[in-house]
Amino acid sequence: MGILTLTGNYAVAWAVKRARVQVVAAYPITPQTTIVEKISQMVENGEMNAKLIRVESEHSALAATFGAAIGGARAFTATASHGLLYMHEVLWWTAGARVPVVMAVVTRAIGPPWNIWTDHSDIMDQRDTGWIISMAEDNQEAFDLTLQAFRITEDNDVNLPMIVGLDAFILSHTYAPVDVLEQEDVDKWLPPRKQLYVIDPENRYSMGNIAYPKDYMLMRYDIERAMERAKKIIEKVDREYGEYFGRSYGGLIECYKCSDAKYLVALMGAWAGDAKEAVDKLRENGYNVGVMRVRFIRPLAVEKILEYASGKKGVLVMDRSISFGSAGPLFIEVSSILSMNGKPPAMKGVLAGIGGVDVGYRDIMDIISKFVDEVEERGWFVKRQEWFFSHKR
Amino acid sequence: MSNLIKIKDNILPLSVTSEAAMGKTGSWRTFKPVIDYSKCINCYLCWLYCPFSVISKSEDGVVIDYEYCKGCGICADVCPVKAIAFIPER
Ligand code: SF4
Ligand code: SF4
Repeated sequence: MGILTLTGNYAVAWAVKRARVQVVAAYPITPQTTIVEKISQMVENGEMNAKLIRVESEHSALAATFGAAIGGARAFTATASHGLLYMHEVLWWTAGARVPVVMAVVTRAIGPPWNIWTDHSDIMDQRDTGWIISMAEDNQEAFDLTLQAFRITEDNDVNLPMIVGLDAFILSHTYAPVDVLEQEDVDKWLPPRKQLYVIDPENRYSMGNIAYPKDYMLMRYDIERAMERAKKIIEKVDREYGEYFGRSYGGLIECYKCSDAKYLVALMGAWAGDAKEAVDKLRENGYNVGVMRVRFIRPLAVEKILEYASGKKGVLVMDRSISFGSAGPLFIEVSSILSMNGKPPAMKGVLAGIGGVDVGYRDIMDIISKFVDEVEERGWFVKRQEWFFSHKR
Repeated sequence: MSNLIKIKDNILPLSVTSEAAMGKTGSWRTFKPVIDYSKCINCYLCWLYCPFSVISKSEDGVVIDYEYCKGCGICADVCPVKAIAFIPER
């Protein structure tokens, strides 16, 4: 098949086809709709052998996907924004039941006011659910991550569901070349579905009955242990994917020009591409900076973040959403880890691009150089919030 | 603790289904479905719809297991010939 020109959403749909997904249940919501639209076209054309279930809401979409997965089918759904929030309860059910499911989330702002552009509030809102949560930087990575998600979630050591996040419009509706891989190669790399248990007429279990406090807590502890094991599996799958298909991304975290940098900027998603460009340009102007791209917000790469940031003079965190009353969620996560270090670097949390405000590499250059200049002038400091409302260019 | 379901070192929120795991749920009933076999046409809709699977097919037609029938009334509602009366328990 080779290289096709695909939107991020179509790249996800192609990966779902390549993974031989058997059941897809979804409800349309901008900017996710074209993922499931494409899948439904593939099913209708007979290119894909899957059952598509149309449901009346996102809550039901994930419930149906979850049910199919419990029954032993490789299952997929996709949503965004309000749809994801409406699903929230079933996210807990899916993770709590320890059932592998893959879901694409096209990150979009939450109303009111109504807004369809990218923002990470929806995906960040799911951090406590027990789902593995990732963000892609480009369309190719959206494809690769979706495929990898099946290997990760169905691994014997994991058995947790996973979200593949991609930024609204910047990836979801923008065309770029994507290597969609040959079906026979994918078949060799991705084994048939595995899961801890199946419920069907031969295997009669009842799921979700009442558990007394001590048992309940043990099951919670088990989810956390699986999350911890998932760190290793994510790294392993990324490495093996690289050996097999020639692309790997650094596992939990991609560090771009980090080793010799004095300052790092940490962020997630599509704008990491702009940050890399900003870093290249800034290095020409004598700013010694690198990009720490967090690919997985869950499980969080605590050890790697500590390792990459050790000895740095400053770490800037850019968030595309805010936890009102505290700071940007990525800043909260990263700064708590860096504070474990005896000598933490200077830190600042910048809130930008919220509700889809366009942030280009020149904006990021300004944001980074301002931080570096401040630290060089004032010395060590921590600033939890600084709002960047974007330049008019 | 010993009755927790563990698979490959994972403790799972599962239980094995068994008869009367929740007790004899027939005692929950406030209304009772009663089939009038002279009207019944053996369409099996009640058998299909009963959410607790307590209606079974037999040589004599459909039979309700009153030990577990919770008295939800769905069977009476779906019966196309109104062969199931729904009467208050005394
Ligand atoms: S009343 Fe409800 S539980 Fe009882 S037989 Fe009819 S459908 Fe089943
Ligand atoms: S639904 Fe009515 S007619 Fe059909 S089998 Fe049941 S009792 Fe008989």
